[in-house]
Amino acid sequence: MARTAADINDSLQPVHLKSIKWGLIGLVFVFLSLLASIGLGAIWISPSVVWDSFVSFQAGQIEHQLIREVRIPRALAAALIGAALAVAGTIMQGITRNPLADPSIIGITHGAGLAIAISLAFVSSGSYWILLIWSFAGSAAGAMLVLSFSMISKERISPVTLTLAGAALSTLFSALSTGIALYFQVAQDLSFWFAGGLSGTKWQHVFILLPAVIIGILLSLWISRSLTILALGEEVAAGLGQSQQKVRWIGLIAVILLSGAAVSIAGAIGFIGLVVPHIVRMLIGSDYRWLIPLSAIAGALLLVLADIGARMINPPFETPVSAVTALIGVPFFLYLSRRKRGYM
Amino acid sequence: MDWKIALRQSKTWLAAFVFLIMATFILSLSTGVMPIRFSEIMNTLAGSGTPRQELVLFQLRLPRMVIAMLIGAGLALSGSILQGLSRNSLADPGILGINAGAGLAVVFSIYLFGQEKGSLLSEPFFLPVFAFIGALAIAALIYRFSWKGGIDPERLLLVGLGFNALCGALLMILQLKMDPKDFQQAAIWLTGSIWGTGWPYVWALLPWILILMPAAFYKARTINLLQFKQEVPVALGLKVEAERRMLLCLSAALAGACVAVGGGIAFIGLLAPHLARRLCGPNYFSSLPLSALIGSALVLMADMIGKNLLAPADIPVGIVISVIGAPYLIFMLLTRKGSGMRV
Repeated sequence: MARTAADINDSLQPVHLKSIKWGLIGLVFVFLSLLASIGLGAIWISPSVVWDSFVSFQAGQIEHQLIREVRIPRALAAALIGAALAVAGTIMQGITRNPLADPSIIGITHGAGLAIAISLAFVSSGSYWILLIWSFAGSAAGAMLVLSFSMISKERISPVTLTLAGAALSTLFSALSTGIALYFQVAQDLSFWFAGGLSGTKWQHVFILLPAVIIGILLSLWISRSLTILALGEEVAAGLGQSQQKVRWIGLIAVILLSGAAVSIAGAIGFIGLVVPHIVRMLIGSDYRWLIPLSAIAGALLLVLADIGARMINPPFETPVSAVTALIGVPFFLYLSRRKRGYM
Repeated sequence: MDWKIALRQSKTWLAAFVFLIMATFILSLSTGVMPIRFSEIMNTLAGSGTPRQELVLFQLRLPRMVIAMLIGAGLALSGSILQGLSRNSLADPGILGINAGAGLAVVFSIYLFGQEKGSLLSEPFFLPVFAFIGALAIAALIYRFSWKGGIDPERLLLVGLGFNALCGALLMILQLKMDPKDFQQAAIWLTGSIWGTGWPYVWALLPWILILMPAAFYKARTINLLQFKQEVPVALGLKVEAERRMLLCLSAALAGACVAVGGGIAFIGLLAPHLARRLCGPNYFSSLPLSALIGSALVLMADMIGKNLLAPADIPVGIVISVIGAPYLIFMLLTRKGSGMRV
């Protein structure tokens, strides 16, 4: 199908009222969900106490302490991680032109898991920062491997091939990490970290996440225009004199930064990066300059809600948040795989 | 084309794998945490070994190896049938989520009738039944969801991947609701290991394989015909959709029974049929028996590697097979043109 200049103009509108409208609605919902996340939990805290903890904080009162030191950082971390995963998914779908790309599906998450297993087994000092660096290195290795499949191969790799290769890579990584964990008897530490979800997040985590997410989203916005053009086809992009290698490398760095930070703090959380970009695309179309910020908002909303669900399904036990996001994400994945091919 | 010709053509490879299995069997029998020399094995088999040797050979190694071989053959046949009926060389009960469905049913049965509850349904004998029900349910769902005016091989794989993830999530939630004793049992089973199994599990698995394997061989001609475009088998009077459903049940039953005893071992259903096709061509008369033999040999060897590589630690056989199988699958995907489909 021939793409015309009008098509490009269509997808690069200067002012996008619809996007602004949805963005504002989304921000309101994120705010409400954060409040709900602070109030709900194993112990119900009434809104008036939540309010008091903000305006008249008393260090002696245990509920105020709980809100300040546990609930608020957890809610904020959920929002940041959700935003990071959603934007990472958006960028991956953009640079691979593959509607099924997602950090958890194509092996990044399990790459980080393998790196954590190695560091738990061989690097005895279990300092938090060392784990964080290993997790980054692991997700970078996973991302490089999978994306190199689609960069090296001359013809475009089909979504199914990339998804399957990613699934195989995930299985390989998880088999290796299980083997290492069993042999060096760190299985419990590993699964604690891997299925950890958001329980136990502290302010420290929020301060690690914040710069990573901001830099990642800024990098993404930098290449957003190029991604929109790439979505119209490689020929169009090349015709407009676009350096695709540069876009891909910047995108890759953004993905590693975003998913690496998210995975190192919350472990394996799947499907956010898959589901969110598609929902946003249905609402506002495929201009990446709007798609990226709105995905960040929607991802934050979805993960904060999923985390509330994880606490409420089986109290006082926490259900792993990855199970909750899979329950939300799988029906959507099924729906996408039943659609006609070439949808992007 | 019938059995005699096909078997005569592939007899070299069949014989080679029978020999390989025998050699691995003897080697595996004599290696492990407590090495036993060949002459001592012979003595023990003749009934004049030490009690310790008898215990290790008859109660620990032998049942485990028999189970390894049965599982290998069963999963390989299950994968062969799946690939045949979907005309997709990447179909595998593990990738498609059929193993995960069987696993979910097994864990659910442990949850309902755990060992502690001492009910009749907690006997190993019933595990394959539950697993079969789970595998069949997931197979039916995958079939239903990928049906859209026909079965599209790509859609089948994606839908399968989705159900795989769904079963994983449900499994995780279910495990949290279990009491510690049952959780332990479920966790050991889930790692895809065949350690800690004894003769009861052999007796639970054997009848399934003994009944289903001939049934699969009996269907070789049908699977061969399904490789043609829709018009050919229809013109030959084959009820194509009915046969597909029948084969799907057969494949689910094989995978379910194996998963119930061996846990989730992925990639055997992919690797064995693929190797068999490479060695003897696409004719199912020869590739079905050959892939059963290859599957047996692979699981037996993987188990031997797993118990010796880091001895005395025992690497679950599922991990060894993933480490071999995943790179093979990626290699297969990347060296093929286009989407990697044989449609």
